[in-house]
Order: sequence, then C-alpha cells, then structure tokens
Amino acid sequence: MTESHEAASIELVDVEKRFGAVQVLHGVSFKVYPGEVVGLVGDNGAGKSTTVRIISGALQPDSGEIRVNGKKVRFDSPIVARREGIETVYQDLALAPHLSVKANLFLNREEIRPGLLGRLGFLNERQMDQESVDKLNLLHINIASMDQIIQELSGGQRQAIAVARAASWGSRLVILDEPTAALGVEESRMVLNLIRRVRDSGVPVLLISHTMPHVFDVTDRIIVLRQGRVVAGAVTRECTLEQVIMWITGGQAIHAG
Amino acid sequence: MTNDEAQQEISRAAAPRRSRFVKHLRGMWILGVLLAMVLIFGILAPGFLSLQNWVSTSVYATETLLLAVGETFVIATGGIDLSVGSSLGLSAITSSMVMAALVAHPGVGIILGSLVGLLTGATVGLFNGIIITKLRITPFITTLGMLGIASGLGFLLSGGTDITNIPAAFSNFGGYVFANFLGMPVLVTAVVAVVSGIFLAKTRFGRRTYAIGSNREAARVAGIPLDRHLIKIYTLTGVLAGVAGLLNVSRFAIGSPTAGQNDELNAIAAVVIGGASLFGGEGTIFGTTIGAIIVSMIVTALVILNVQAYWQIVVTGAIIIIAVYLDQLQRQRAAG
Repeated sequence: MTESHEAASIELVDVEKRFGAVQVLHGVSFKVYPGEVVGLVGDNGAGKSTTVRIISGALQPDSGEIRVNGKKVRFDSPIVARREGIETVYQDLALAPHLSVKANLFLNREEIRPGLLGRLGFLNERQMDQESVDKLNLLHINIASMDQIIQELSGGQRQAIAVARAASWGSRLVILDEPTAALGVEESRMVLNLIRRVRDSGVPVLLISHTMPHVFDVTDRIIVLRQGRVVAGAVTRECTLEQVIMWITGGQAIHAG
Repeated sequence: MTNDEAQQEISRAAAPRRSRFVKHLRGMWILGVLLAMVLIFGILAPGFLSLQNWVSTSVYATETLLLAVGETFVIATGGIDLSVGSSLGLSAITSSMVMAALVAHPGVGIILGSLVGLLTGATVGLFNGIIITKLRITPFITTLGMLGIASGLGFLLSGGTDITNIPAAFSNFGGYVFANFLGMPVLVTAVVAVVSGIFLAKTRFGRRTYAIGSNREAARVAGIPLDRHLIKIYTLTGVLAGVAGLLNVSRFAIGSPTAGQNDELNAIAAVVIGGASLFGGEGTIFGTTIGAIIVSMIVTALVILNVQAYWQIVVTGAIIIIAVYLDQLQRQRAAG
C-alpha cells in the first residue's frame, strides 16, 4: 500500500500549531498515497480537526511543511488548497439546503453561458445538468433529478452529494469529517461504499471518524493522534480494534465480557 | 456488491418529492388568492373593476413593488432592509431639491436631479452593506438605524416642508398613461421587475444570493465573496429605492419628506406573501410581484368600500406576522 517510490498525494512534515498558550499539534507528520483511504482517529482534543483545518487551508501551521505530490505548498486560504485539488466535506456546513443538487455540485464553480449572456453571468444550466449526471453516475449515485432540492433528500443522499462534489473537484485528496455521524445504519453503509468508489477512482480519502467499525470497514491505513502527536500508524487489516483504542486512549485495552 | 445493487441501495433512500410540489402549489395558491380577492372586491364594490381603479391601483403598486424587488434579494440572503421607505423619502427630497433649484433649466435639472436621487439611494444602501458586513451589525439593527438617519436627513434638508417647483416635464412623465391603461410608473417598474427576476433566477449573481441565505457557511467555504456580494445587494436595494423616490416625486409633482413612510412594511409584506422565507434561501420576483399587487389592492379596495384606508396598515402588519408564522409552522413540520 505505502510504496515509498511513489510520491505521496499529501504529506505533513513536523506540523506544529499552538493557540495562545496551548500547543495543539506537536510535530505531526504523515502521508496519504493515491488510491488509499486513511483513517485519522483520536480522542476529542487530540488534534484531528486542527490537522484537517490545516490541510484544507482554513488554518496555517506555525511551523512544519505541507507537501503536495512531493512539492512544498503553502495554503493561505481554503481557496488555495482547493486549487491544489484538496476538497473537504465538513460535517454540517457542506450544502445549501434550498438549492438544487446541480446548484450544489457547482456551487461557486458554475458553468457560464458563452457570449454576451455569459458576460452578464447567465448560467449554463443544460451543461451543468449533463455534467452533474456524469459526476453522480461515476460514483453510482442515483438521484431522480438534478433539479431536486437538497432539503428534499434523505441524510444519506445529502452526504452522497457532498462527497460527490468533493470527489469530482478534489483530484489530490478528499477529506471527510465525520461523514456518517448523523446517519442510520443503512445510509452509513451507502456512504462507506461511496468512499470505496472514490478511492477506486484514484482519489485518496482522509476519513475522520469516531465510529471505529466504520473506520475498520473502509480504511486501508489508520493514523492515530493523541495529544497533538501521531502515536501510531498501521495497516488496518493488521491491527485490532482493541489495539487502536489503546493507542487512542494511551491506556490499556478494555476487555469486554 | 455489484453496481446494480449499489444503485438500488442508494435509490431506496429516495426522499418524497412532495415539498417541491407543495412549493409550486404555494405559488399558484397565492395567485388564486389574488384572483379571489379581485372577484370578492369586484362584487362588494362595483367601482373596483373599473379601468380607472386599475390605473390607480397599478400605479400605486409600483412603489411597493420597486422596494419589494430589492427586499426580495435582501431577504433571500437571510437579511432584512427596514430602511427602504425612508431611503425612498430621502431620495425624493434630494432629487426634488436639485430639480427645484435648477427649475430655470428643466432639462439639466431633471437629469441632475434624477442622478442625485439614484445616488442618494445607492449611498444609503452602500452604507447599510458596509455596516452590516464590516462592522458586523445585524441587518435588522443596521437598517433600523438607517431608517432613522435617512428619514431625519430628509426632514432636515427640506425643513419639514414639501419641495414644490418640480419641472412640469418631470411630473408629466410620472402621470403619463399609455392608452388610458398603462401608467408610466407601471411600465418602468415592470421593466425593473422582469430584469431583476431574470437576474435572480438565471445568473451567478442570483445563485450566490440564494446560497448565502441558504447556508452562509457553505457559501463561505465554497469561496463566494460574502461581504462583497451583500454590499452589492444592499446597494442595489438602495438604488431601487432611489428609482421609487423619483417616481414618487414625478407622480405627485412634489418632493415630500414623508414620502415612503411605512413603505418598508408593504415591501416586506409583499415579499413574504410572495413565498419568501425570512430565514433566507427562498423568494422569487414573480411571487413578490403578486404579493405587491395584493398589498396594494387592499388599500384601493378599502377606499372604495369606504373603510378608512388606515386599516390597510393594520392589515399589512397582521399579514406579515401571519405569513411568517405559517412559514415557521411549515419549517417545523419539515424538520420534524
């Protein structure tokens, strides 16, 4: 999985971040390679969301480097990170509920009509419609109409649209922050399948989740953060749930029953 | 798992498409209310269906509609503009003062006065936008304060009296009626409404407007320049208030510091009757137009029915509360 000859899609090198007196990240380093799903796990306050916000450009590290395909980059804003092909699906604020599927897939990336109408900002609805169908077909997401309003969709369908948007624009990395937290069993399964399809399309996925069964179900590798440090990194099928929980808590594994 | 299975799995979660249908129904429903009102008023007051009443009602409705068009954009972003009426009044004063001062040169006066009127509205809107986005004061408080500022300035500039000496050419414009049927203000307002409606529905500008009102954080994360867009919208609303101010001066051949009083009430009522949600993300110019006609029709109907027209203000206020309450109910039902 982690062929060292291949350039990592994204690499964090010794990233540090402090908020005032509190040091949140103490030299975090890890890599994500093309075609893999990596789980980023850790307890509350371990530094997961700070790490995600740094990779997605919402925060800037105090020191350390981010490398994209081996090249050092600097993300001054989420827009810069997106330009590098890094897309983030945030837990709650992903979609505009009053807008259509199509409008959300193309939010702030709208296709404009050619000619004078285009210069006035007129939207090319037909083209966006066709491209939306293509984007969703690619991931086997079945939505009746691209004009359907997001708030008419189920939670799972909404999450599918959010992931599809990220996957279709994020060429280097898709970050999913707790994508199954608000979903039922069936819908979670659907989103996990979707994550596999994104990976199979070649785009690596960084999955942040508290739901260990989902992490074990879908990831290729697991990276564990504790108190702002990477305390473990392991191939998922080579470790057990108890080991991972021990790494997360820093204590002994709990033996149930 | 095969692809077929995966597809079935996802479509199994298909949500009901009812709310879309309900929304369409709501648009038609409001048109139905309008027609029913025309019918009922027509039966109750024989004069209501006259050509003369059509002309006066339609011209009267333009003032509400011009403000309501801007208000639709504002409300679609989840904001509100309480200053549109006083912005109209201030524009009426500044434009009429320029025209009155240059009454010896009516051509220059009309052009310069009109520009000053539009600029006045634009300035009020620009300040609203800057205060809301840069000082981070809520639209409600910002525009409530601006309501006072613009209205007070109108009284200060005019000394509290009407500005007369408006060039005849200008007042003839507002009073002109094509074929005894279509008042000039109606024509101007129709053009504004159609163009704005198309822009809101068909352009990136409109898409951004809805996106901001629908989910501000999603819009921000998507890279939409929130502050710039909101400033544009409040400025546009100010310009439309300026247009309404000019038409007001033109119709009455005076610039009155009380012009536009309570108009924000009518404008907001028109928008919420038209199906917009004060929570943002919704609203169409078509709906707002129906709403503006309904609000205006109540006035002329009350006059014809010999009821004191002041009741219209009471009714409009009640309509806003009821419409928002219904919207809230629908929301709770959708969430639950």
